[in-house]
Amino acid sequence: MTADQWLVTAAGLLIVVFIIWFFWFRTVEGTAAVIAGDRQEALIVVKGGYTPDTIVVEHGRPVRLSFRREETASCSEMVMFPDFNKSAKLPTGETVEIEFLPEKAGEYEFACQMGMLRGKLIVT
Amino acid sequence: MLEHPISPSSPNRFPTVAANSNGVSVRIGIKGMSCASCVTRIEGALGDVPGVISANVNYPAEIAEVVYSPAKVNFAALGEAIEDSGYKAVDPTPATEDGVDKERAEREHEYATLMRKFWLAAVVSVPNVLFMYPNVVPGLSEWMPAGSDARHSAWALLGLITVPVMVWSGSQFFTGMWAALKHRSANMHTLIAIGVTAAFLYSVTATAFPGLFPSRELAEPFWDVTTVVIALVVLGLALESKAKGQTSEAIRTLIGLQPKTARVLRDGQEIDIDVEEVLVGDVVIVRPGEKIPVDGEIIDGGSAVDESMITGESIPVEKTVGEEVIGGTMNKTGSFHFRATKVGKDTALANIITMVQEAQGSKAPIQRIVDQVAGYFVPAVMILAVLAFVAWYDFGPEPRLIFSTIVFVTTLIIACPCALGLATPTSLTVGIGKGAENGILIRSGDALQTAQKIDTIVLDKTGTITRGEPALTDVIVMPDFDEDEVLKLVASLERGSEHPLGESIVKGAAERRLILSEAMDFNAIAGHGVSGRVEGHDILLGNIKLMADRGVEERGLSDIAETLAPQGKTPMFVAIDGEPAGVIAVADTVKPDSKAAIAALRSMGIKVIMMTGDNRQTALAIAGQVGIDDVLAEVLPEKKSLEVQKLQSAGKTVAMVGDGINDAPALAQADVGLAIGTGTDVAIEASDITLIKGSLMGVVTAIEISRATMRNVKQNLLGAFGYNALGIPVAMGLFYPFFGILLSPILAGAAMAFSSVTVVTNANRLRFFKPKGVTL
Repeated sequence: MTADQWLVTAAGLLIVVFIIWFFWFRTVEGTAAVIAGDRQEALIVVKGGYTPDTIVVEHGRPVRLSFRREETASCSEMVMFPDFNKSAKLPTGETVEIEFLPEKAGEYEFACQMGMLRGKLIVT
Repeated sequence: MLEHPISPSSPNRFPTVAANSNGVSVRIGIKGMSCASCVTRIEGALGDVPGVISANVNYPAEIAEVVYSPAKVNFAALGEAIEDSGYKAVDPTPATEDGVDKERAEREHEYATLMRKFWLAAVVSVPNVLFMYPNVVPGLSEWMPAGSDARHSAWALLGLITVPVMVWSGSQFFTGMWAALKHRSANMHTLIAIGVTAAFLYSVTATAFPGLFPSRELAEPFWDVTTVVIALVVLGLALESKAKGQTSEAIRTLIGLQPKTARVLRDGQEIDIDVEEVLVGDVVIVRPGEKIPVDGEIIDGGSAVDESMITGESIPVEKTVGEEVIGGTMNKTGSFHFRATKVGKDTALANIITMVQEAQGSKAPIQRIVDQVAGYFVPAVMILAVLAFVAWYDFGPEPRLIFSTIVFVTTLIIACPCALGLATPTSLTVGIGKGAENGILIRSGDALQTAQKIDTIVLDKTGTITRGEPALTDVIVMPDFDEDEVLKLVASLERGSEHPLGESIVKGAAERRLILSEAMDFNAIAGHGVSGRVEGHDILLGNIKLMADRGVEERGLSDIAETLAPQGKTPMFVAIDGEPAGVIAVADTVKPDSKAAIAALRSMGIKVIMMTGDNRQTALAIAGQVGIDDVLAEVLPEKKSLEVQKLQSAGKTVAMVGDGINDAPALAQADVGLAIGTGTDVAIEASDITLIKGSLMGVVTAIEISRATMRNVKQNLLGAFGYNALGIPVAMGLFYPFFGILLSPILAGAAMAFSSVTVVTNANRLRFFKPKGVTL
């Protein structure tokens, strides 16, 4: 192989390693929900993803998540919590609330209808 | 002043206004809150307004929830209180349209924008493609030979017109990629953005620095790839958006059923008010041809009501005083007054909408596998594209750079995560919507998926197979007595009785159009029967013991009774003036279509079992009428779920159909619990599927819908997985060494764009589903 081929091969492998690290080895720092009265609340902005995408809540206290979608791409028009059987349509620019009671500690995923945008609810 | 006038929106999506007996609850959007302490300030200000019962401000959502008494204060005063404390009050939903219209408007806007982007890309693509294949246009090759300055100048010009396509038509790919990258995730946008950027940068290099290439002839740009791929994928997105709108047609129809206004009687005056302001206890007036605004009970008048939109039953139902009406249904000919019993988000229709929306948003177990894949899919495709580039660069034929670039771009573009992601939810949305159209509420994707596997159905008897109320079946008289005369006398006697058996006799007489007389000296003999005088005759109705006690001769009445009992009927003896006159029998009768439904279930290969707490004789009689061979009789209520469990441990997938409170544990235990909608709330709550119309045919339709939907889901998943599993290796050039097949990036763009459209279109085919069972 010539020098440029070695170079391309090395660069390619580096990029592969980078992709694996960047997408699959991200460390998650959760955002704790704010406790307001008997509820725990958090605001999540939907734009290409969920910000914050990891919410930490306590179990046994009702959770109210307010979603605000700030884009029109139809991918994110719905958010679903399959473990809690909850879902909501998110009209652009509106704040939509989802309320439920996490009873057991654990990690619960939430995602758009197609599973492209993902977030996690960590119940402690 | 309010920034927008506050208008109530549809209560299902965003319960802006809901009325209850304590007052009206309203939601007001608040702008200008900067910290959590603003919450207490606004809550305080609202609380000080006379007539406000409670105020609760949600800081992250920027919404105040206020419960107030509409008699003392109005919307505007609430807004003013917020404004006075230094914040802006706005409608939490847009002022002009309700939720449904807004969603449609949003979708149409999205479609229109995408189509404009498509047209720009398409127009620019024309010269780009022509110059890529100059031999197609007569004279072009001669005018601008390969490697000539003229051709390079033309390419530079094409590059310039390609820029707006990248910047505007392709903008969503770049913003989408960037937004995802910030979350260290990748999606379809990432793949397309990298793909077209690679093609674009390569083309810029080839045009601006042809010297970098081994020969001038090889320095060919791919402007066509850039613009055509953007055009096709944007077109795909537009079509997909449109098709996705159609999948939720059923829920839109349901939401559209909700009336906007109601005519109520307040202080003796008829006034028209917004339906959200109707309170429990209001007297509502309904005229011919009008929609019934909320749920309630008729207190005056009567009419035929078309309830097909809720129950799927096409024949209008006669309603009179004391009967329930459902909000959203259509009054036909008569007019009536009714008292509102359920309003706002408590109405049957609002509950149905919520149930359907929740179900459409739930996930079928099958999708969990897809979700697992989706998390790795896009980065995996990126890795494959890089590896393909390296492999072609190292081992591929010359010109290596061109081949490896094409392979890289094609691999990124052909991969379609959308098709995978769309496969299950779109079919589910259509399937669950189809159920709702037929009066079948499927509560979750899980229920929908399990229903297709049902191989055993356990049917409760009373109220499920039968009507659940006794009806007159036989009038057998002794010689010298007239059938109608005996029935008339007995029914006249029973007119005052509140016993259900008595009611069924009166109803039976009414069906024969007998004119009843007044009864005197009515006397109920507990546990035995009734006695009294009608038209000067002494009438006695009751069991054999009553006859014996009163010295009535038996004269073969018992023999008649004994022939009736095995048929599941309850015989009662009649004596007139001390003479034995005959036997009247009542029985719980089978619903008209139960037999056909059971036959349909069997023809679907499902074992049908009847389970009842009644005695074996009655149970067998009913089972015989509807064609059931397997009967579990005399099952104690608490043992019903145990019986279901037994079947399950024998490896059966069991559905339970029931209506009563005592069925609830069995409904919950079954793999799929189906509640008859006319049954108790407890049973409905415990069920996975609710049949709004009381008919067993609903069970057949529910299973048909489940089977059709899951078939559709499997087609979609197979198509989506198959497409990617075949398309990606072809794009990577894996087949090139063997068959010489290499895909053009333009074809990859077309394939990608139409794979997701195909998935959604296939799901939309389910909209044309028609229940077959009904024709049996």
